[in-house]
Amino acid sequence: MEKLPNQKQLSLKQTLRISWNSLKIRAGRSFITLSGVILAIAFLASIWLNQDIINGLKLAVPNNEDIANLLLKNKVSLKVSGLDDKTKFLIMLSLLVSAVGIVNAMLMSVTERYKEIGTMKCLGALDTLIIRLFVIESSILGLAGALIGVVIGFMIAYIPSVISYGSHVWSVFSWFEFGKSCFYSIIIGVVLSVLFAIYPAYVAAKMKPVDAMRVDA
Amino acid sequence: MSTNEEIIIKAQGVEKHYGSGESIVKALNGIDLDIYRGEYLSIMGPSGSGKSTFFNMVGGLDLPSVGKVTIDGYNLSDLSQSQLAWLRCNRIGYIFQSFNLVTVMTALENVTLPMFLKGLDKEEAETLGMEILKKVGLEERWDHKPNELSGGQQQRVAIARALANSPKIILADEPTGNLDLKTGEEVIHILKTLSEENNTTVITATHDMKMLNISTRVVWILDGKIDKVKRREDIEINIGGMH
Repeated sequence: MEKLPNQKQLSLKQTLRISWNSLKIRAGRSFITLSGVILAIAFLASIWLNQDIINGLKLAVPNNEDIANLLLKNKVSLKVSGLDDKTKFLIMLSLLVSAVGIVNAMLMSVTERYKEIGTMKCLGALDTLIIRLFVIESSILGLAGALIGVVIGFMIAYIPSVISYGSHVWSVFSWFEFGKSCFYSIIIGVVLSVLFAIYPAYVAAKMKPVDAMRVDA
Repeated sequence: MSTNEEIIIKAQGVEKHYGSGESIVKALNGIDLDIYRGEYLSIMGPSGSGKSTFFNMVGGLDLPSVGKVTIDGYNLSDLSQSQLAWLRCNRIGYIFQSFNLVTVMTALENVTLPMFLKGLDKEEAETLGMEILKKVGLEERWDHKPNELSGGQQQRVAIARALANSPKIILADEPTGNLDLKTGEEVIHILKTLSEENNTTVITATHDMKMLNISTRVVWILDGKIDKVKRREDIEINIGGMH
């Protein structure tokens, strides 16, 4: 008797299409997950970007008395410094809240779709496909949330700074520092979303196809 | 049953246990049954009889604790997860009482999903998908989502999906349970025709008398054992019940 072949993996294009449609059709819930990521990343990005501005201004102090006066007027010390412990703690807290939100929303999504997942497994979907579907969905949400979050963070950091320091904000602007802060914020947003989708995805993948047969769902 | 008929599913001494030690529950307690190619088999039994467990087992959805189930010659217990997925994808079509269409997909996408899982490319899958939708009379509604279709139409999409990879076996769990009389009849008619045309084995769990009426054989399961097996011509079915 011939040996049975292994099941093939669904193409990435098809997998992406299914994930995208799932997000679209559950737009309401997707948005709630998204807003958690947006808020956390907006907070993180605004703090980093604000620090970039202030440190940029501080570095310019020796050549510019005007900036020094403005900084003193806003009660900012002239010494270049990193983030203080309280701020770091707040950042960790906001990321944690966002992570809990992601796990919760994804687990809800698994429960809501357990029949669908079971059906797909009856049709021949592998466990890895189910994991891929959930992880892709979460990374799309993470990326979108992080991008929007960075834009909002940018506004939170720059609008008050421009009001306080005027055009000095632009004269000390560094594309390198700006890019670095945005890049790290986005990476953290995506990594957070993917990392915390793994457990819910695993729960989904381990479901038995028999569960699709149950009527009471 | 003549001896030259091809056996597609073979259950030998099948037992299914839940729990262990003193509190062990035997949902199935020694079932032997041969299911033949192209027959229309109905499984009956009260709830708690082990009917569903047995049904899931012949459909490759569950493994026996003792004994063996072979589908198309392959012993289920010897197969890896991936091989089981292949078997489900290529040899078995599933039809559920509550249709279980994927809600985010159109009728055509639901039908082509098993084809994509099998590895067909987009063009092949869509051409074939439309052909199958035509067979169940839904080619004009191919781009509708399940919530835009009636119950009968959804079940026809589900039948089309079950047929996607030309399976040798179709497993239908109370396929008419959520349908009214007329649409139920349509669904039964489609199943019967397709089974005859393609020599497909149809296995159903049902209480529907119309379903029994077109079955080749009916198996009754009671307390985890086969109570009786009867060929259709040996059963009298009338409106009031059966004898």
